[in-house]
Amino acid sequence: MTDKSTLNADEWRVADPDRPSDQLAREQLLEMYYFARLAREVEERLVILFRQSKVIGGLYRSLGQEGESVATAYALQRRDAVLPLIRNMGAIMTMGVRPVEIFRQYMAKGTSNSRGRDLNIHIVHMPASLRAEQGAGGPREPGATSGAPALEDDEPVIVGPISMLGDSIPVAAGIAMGARMRGQSRVAMAWIGDGATSTGAFHEGMNFAAVQKIPLVVVAEDNKYAYSTPISKQMAITRIDERAASYGIAHELVDGNDMLAVYDVAKRMVDAARAGAGPQLIGVDTMRMQGHAQHDDARYVPKPLLDQWTAKDPIRRFRQVLNDRSVSSDRELDDIDKLAKDYAAREADLAVDEPMPDPASVTRGVYAGDDYAVPMIELVKSPFATVLAGLKTRPTPDDQGTEDL
Amino acid sequence: MAVITYLEAIRQALFDEMAADERVFVMGEDVGAYGGAFKVTEGLQEKFGDQRVIDTPISETAIVGSAIGASYMGMRPVCEIQFIDFIACCFDMLTNFAATSRYRNGAGVPIVVRGPCGGGVGGGPFHSLNPESFFLNTPGLKMVEPSTAYDAKGLLKAAIRDDDPVLYFEHKFLYRRIKDEVPDDDYVVPLGKAAVRREGSDLTIVTFGAMVHTALDAAKQLEGDGVQAEVLDLRSLAPLDRDAILTSVAKTSRALLLYEARRTGGIGGELAAIIAEDAFEYLDAPIVRIASEDSPVPYAPPLEAAFLPSVDTVVEGARKLVKY
Repeated sequence: MTDKSTLNADEWRVADPDRPSDQLAREQLLEMYYFARLAREVEERLVILFRQSKVIGGLYRSLGQEGESVATAYALQRRDAVLPLIRNMGAIMTMGVRPVEIFRQYMAKGTSNSRGRDLNIHIVHMPASLRAEQGAGGPREPGATSGAPALEDDEPVIVGPISMLGDSIPVAAGIAMGARMRGQSRVAMAWIGDGATSTGAFHEGMNFAAVQKIPLVVVAEDNKYAYSTPISKQMAITRIDERAASYGIAHELVDGNDMLAVYDVAKRMVDAARAGAGPQLIGVDTMRMQGHAQHDDARYVPKPLLDQWTAKDPIRRFRQVLNDRSVSSDRELDDIDKLAKDYAAREADLAVDEPMPDPASVTRGVYAGDDYAVPMIELVKSPFATVLAGLKTRPTPDDQGTEDL
Repeated sequence: MAVITYLEAIRQALFDEMAADERVFVMGEDVGAYGGAFKVTEGLQEKFGDQRVIDTPISETAIVGSAIGASYMGMRPVCEIQFIDFIACCFDMLTNFAATSRYRNGAGVPIVVRGPCGGGVGGGPFHSLNPESFFLNTPGLKMVEPSTAYDAKGLLKAAIRDDDPVLYFEHKFLYRRIKDEVPDDDYVVPLGKAAVRREGSDLTIVTFGAMVHTALDAAKQLEGDGVQAEVLDLRSLAPLDRDAILTSVAKTSRALLLYEARRTGGIGGELAAIIAEDAFEYLDAPIVRIASEDSPVPYAPPLEAAFLPSVDTVVEGARKLVKY
C-alpha cells in the first residue's frame, strides 16, 4: 500500500485494517478504475453505433453511475451471482463479461448470448455444470468469432435485467437459496432503481429473503429519476435505504459517486451475507446524468441538479483519489483510459459485421429438447492482467492480484 | 396397485419425486406443518424437513420468482398456489419471465406451479377459477389438468421431471370424489398426450379435468338415444395433442367442445380453430361449444349450477349436434 506519509490529509486517512478499501492492492485500485472507465468507453462506442443505426432499439446510458456499478460488483467473489439492471453494465464487465458480448446484444446479432432474441445487457451466464443439468449449453451459431470455453464451478451466475422491475429481487433470492440448498456458497447481488423499489415484487422478494435469511445483497440506486418521475413522487422517505427497515435487515446509505466508500459498504455487506447474516441493502445516492434512454432529452431534470452532480463525477473523483494517494500518476491513468477506449473499439469491430439470426430459427428454443442450444458467453477471468501488462508498470512484490475476482 | 383418491395420488407423486431426487422441493403458503389448505402436502415436511417443504409468506410473486431462481441453480421446485385463482398474482413472473427465459438466453426453468382449480364447491368468485386460457397464448409454458387419480400421479411426476415450466391444475371437485387404481411403481403420464376415455362413433366430446366425468355421464344418457359419444380427455392443454383431436373428429365427424372456464376466449375457441383448419372436410355439423357462462363465478348453489356446464347441457348440445 501507499506510504501514509504521502497522503493528502483531506482526501486520505490512516490505513484502517477494518476498512476493506484500505486492503486493496494498487493493482486492484487501478482495476476498479479501469472497469469504470471501460463501462463509459463501451457506452461511448455504443452511442456511435446508435447514431449509425446499428444499435437495434434503445440505448441506455449509465453515465454517472459507472462507479457504483463497478465498486459494488468488485466486492463479490468470482462465483457469486449478479442480477444487474440496465445501468449496471460496469457490474457485469467486472464479473468478466467481455464488451463484445454487449455489442452483439445491442446489435441483435445471431452470435449474441440471446441469439438476437433479447436486448442490450439481457445476458445470462451459468456455470457449465448447471447448464449441463438443464440440457442447455452447446455450440454457437455459425459466424461467431469465439467458441464456448470450458467452465468451472466457480464461474459467476449472471442473470440479465428483468424489465418488469422488481422481479429480479425474488429471482435473486431464489438463486442464493438454491445455491445454499446445493451446498454452494454463493452470494447474490441485485441492483434496483428507486422506481423499482415501489413494486410489489420488490417487497415480496425482500421480505421472503429476510424471513429465510438468504445471502442476498440488494443495491438500491437512488439516481433521482425513474424515467421522468422524480423520487419525491416515488416514495415519502428521503433515504432510499430506509425501504429496508420493515424487513428487519441491515441497511446503509452511501455516496454512490465515491467508489471506495461504495466498495467499503458493499464488501462489509457481502461478507456479512456470506457469513449468514441474511439479506443486506445498500442505498446508493447517485444521479442519472442522461435521459432514461437516448431518445429522452431529460428536460424535466433541473440544470442546477445536473451541474451539482457533474462536479461529483465518480470516475473523475476516483482519479483524484488515486492521484492524491500516489497510487498512480495522471500519465498512467491516461494510458488506462486509452487502453479502455481502444479495447471498446476493437470489441465493437469484432461484433459489427457478424450476422443477424436466421429468420427460420424464430420458433426455435422455446422449449427444451428442440436441439437449439444457446451459446455460452466467454468470460474473461482477469481482463485487467492484460491491461497491466500493456502498461508496463512495475509490479509490486506483495501483489494480491485479482484473486477475489 | 391400490385404489386411492385423486388428492392422495398428487401427494404420492410429490412424496416419490422428493424421495428420488433431492433437487425437488416444495414451497407455498401453509404447505409445511399444516399440510396445505387441502392437505395435499400433509406429512411431507415431517418426512423431508422445513428446508425442502417451505412455508412462505403470502407472496405468490416471491414463491414463483424464487422458484425460478432456485431452478437456475439446478433445483426442481414445486410451488403450491393455495387456490389457483391466486396465480393471477404471479402472472407476470410466469408469462413475462419464466415462459421467456429459455428462448431469451437458454436458461431453462424446470418448475411446477400447481394448485386447486375449478368450481362446483361453492367457492365463489375468488376460489373457483379455471385459468388455462390466460396462459394458452404464452409459448414457453406447459399446462396439464388430470381427470383421474392415475393421471394425477403420472402427470405430476412427468411435470416435475420436465425441463420447462409446467402449470399443473388439479380440480378441487375431484380431490376426494374420484378414486381409481394407481400403481405403487414408478410411472409417468407423458405431457402432450390425450386419452380416449370412451370409444364412440357419432360425436367426439373433447374435454379435460372434472368435465371428463360430466362428459362420461352425458355419454351414458346419450346411449339411451342410440348415440355413441367418444370422450377425449386432453390431459395436457399445452402442448395440445392435435393428432388425437383430429383423429377422433375424423372418425365421428362431429365435435362438442366441453370446458369449465368461461366460454368467450376459452380453450374451446382454439380447439374449434384446430378442427376448422385441419378437419373441416370431415365435419357433418357445426362445432358445438359447451362452457361456463360469461360471468364471474357465482357463489350461491343455484347460481353456480346455472353457471357451470352440466350433464343436461352436454346431452342437449350433443342432441343438437347429432340432429343437424
